[in-house]
Amino acid sequence: MSTESLRIVWIYPDLLSTYGDRGNMLILARRAQQRGMPVEVLEVRSDQRLPATADIYLVGGGEDGPQALGAQRLRADGGLHRAAAQGSVVFGVCAGYQLLGTSFFAKGVQCTGLELLDLSSDRGPSRAVGELAGDIDPRLGVPALTGFENHGGRTHLGPGVSPLARVTAGVGNDGATEGAWRGKLLGTYSHGPALARNPALADLLLRWATGAHQLPPLDDTWADRLRAERRAAVTAARA
Amino acid sequence: MPLRAKVASSVSRTAAALSRAAGRGDGSVIGGWIGLKIDPDLLAHLSAGRAIALVSGTNGKTTTTRLAAAAVGVLGRVATNSFGANMPTGHTSALAKAGSTPYAVLEVDEHYLAQVLEATEPHVVALLNLSRDQLDRAKEVAMMAQLWRSALVNHPDVRVVANADDPMVVWAATPPGDPARGIRPPHVTWFSAGQRWHDDSWVCPECGHTIQRSGEQWWCSGCPLRRPQPQWAVEDDGVLDPTGAWHKVSLQLPGKVNVGNAATALAVAAEFGVRPVDAVSRLGSVTSVAGRYAQVDRDGRNIRLLLAKNPASWLEAFEMADVAPTLLSINARDPDGLDTSWLFDVDFAPLRGRQVLITGDRAYDLAVRLDVNGVPFQHVRTFAEVVRAVPPGRLEVIANYTAFQDIRAELDRVN
Repeated sequence: MSTESLRIVWIYPDLLSTYGDRGNMLILARRAQQRGMPVEVLEVRSDQRLPATADIYLVGGGEDGPQALGAQRLRADGGLHRAAAQGSVVFGVCAGYQLLGTSFFAKGVQCTGLELLDLSSDRGPSRAVGELAGDIDPRLGVPALTGFENHGGRTHLGPGVSPLARVTAGVGNDGATEGAWRGKLLGTYSHGPALARNPALADLLLRWATGAHQLPPLDDTWADRLRAERRAAVTAARA
Repeated sequence: MPLRAKVASSVSRTAAALSRAAGRGDGSVIGGWIGLKIDPDLLAHLSAGRAIALVSGTNGKTTTTRLAAAAVGVLGRVATNSFGANMPTGHTSALAKAGSTPYAVLEVDEHYLAQVLEATEPHVVALLNLSRDQLDRAKEVAMMAQLWRSALVNHPDVRVVANADDPMVVWAATPPGDPARGIRPPHVTWFSAGQRWHDDSWVCPECGHTIQRSGEQWWCSGCPLRRPQPQWAVEDDGVLDPTGAWHKVSLQLPGKVNVGNAATALAVAAEFGVRPVDAVSRLGSVTSVAGRYAQVDRDGRNIRLLLAKNPASWLEAFEMADVAPTLLSINARDPDGLDTSWLFDVDFAPLRGRQVLITGDRAYDLAVRLDVNGVPFQHVRTFAEVVRAVPPGRLEVIANYTAFQDIRAELDRVN
């Protein structure tokens, strides 16, 4: 960790917060505190400078206009690039995932992304709305992804990134793969409070941020029940 | 009324009555649907000759409609869609059922405002608020504000009653005129009913700069958009009118939110010439609205029903609810929106210290949320279990749309 306490930054809640994106910040803070780690959370609005010394940066979802504006301001600010270069964790969700790539489409116009991940996004033939599930890259040691997606984009991965998961339900990047990761940067189309249904993914980000190989287990009874229920719902919908 | 419209209106009434008799809801949607099949202009025909007010917004429209109908009732008979059927089929059915009335107050789903403005040519339109609601299918807030704004450009004669505290509403209510076409902007009367939820109005819809806030004031940091001076406002447990006179409001509905709705209702009625002093006592006659705020006694428990459909209305429900055992119920069926992500936009901390029970199709989503929020809870599956779990006295029930309907059915379809 960069300082005495774990610093979590939620980037631009005024622009990139559409679907309970606050949840990821709350979940990471809670899970760290339950392990006795002191936590500092910072909500940085788009008219403020981004601190370059935090441990985890969260980039949430947003509609086209705010997404384009957010990317523009993050490029101009430069703080996220410096943080990523220093090994901070970056977690992008939906529009926030797309803008970590080289380019994306907003309001029909191709926009330049932050070029932190080797991927580009364009518009798909239809909007992907519904349950999203997939088997996560075994190298990450995390059980299956479950989430809800709502996006019109399709994302094409370059050789510089690995898919986060192989899709078993829903669309994700393109119907075959979902999300992407490289080093300590990770993005997903599982939107909003993605970590609520994926506590192991939250712990992966915390392990990356702290350098800990293992974290003390927590009581995840309710999250486990939620995961089982969503898995059953996806299976039932397919039958 | 043309013959075709007369036939359509009569058939619509009959269908609604049959639907009610068959126990299939209140019949207001099916009746209107059949009527509109026979005469597509039926809503316009039924509106002709009536002085109409439309009430729209994300939250509070059913209650405000009910209060405004009571206030306008000072002048004579008022047709209204009091069952919350707020699309053109519901309006058609409500007007057909009411027969000839000099006045109508209609609740309008925010997506249909342009269409209903066109069909009914109202005297007044009240714009309450805009916030995120069922985002997996609803339009984003800024786009909705744009739709309202465009609709008002085509109706420069309508008198607008709008919430000065919501930047998106203020922008929607003030389209520029078009001098080249001889169109002037509509006349607006501003009310202040407060805005508890700010997270959909940080970005100026006019110029994209940040909206700044201090106390009740707000202003854009990049353009002249700012909070207009309201003519109607809530003060303590009463309403200040444009002359500065204060009227005590005694409602049977809970919370400061409903005093705000009362202020809006009085402002709407004033556009028809109703003096607030004549209308204010009638507001106290409104008890519950399509089951909202209804109270049911069962096994020594006084159960009160509160509907909360989106983050802004959850904040309002916490403000209205007593500090008492509270049942929360969440579904995610089609009418609710299939996505439960919004649960993380709501801060449930006000419930700490209360006995909290949870139920509904998506109780586990709620369980995870409450866990992160540090709010202890107990999961229950039946209403009998709820009644056993809480002591005699008040039980507050807060539920989203279909969960609310499930509980109403459980309690014998209370109104």
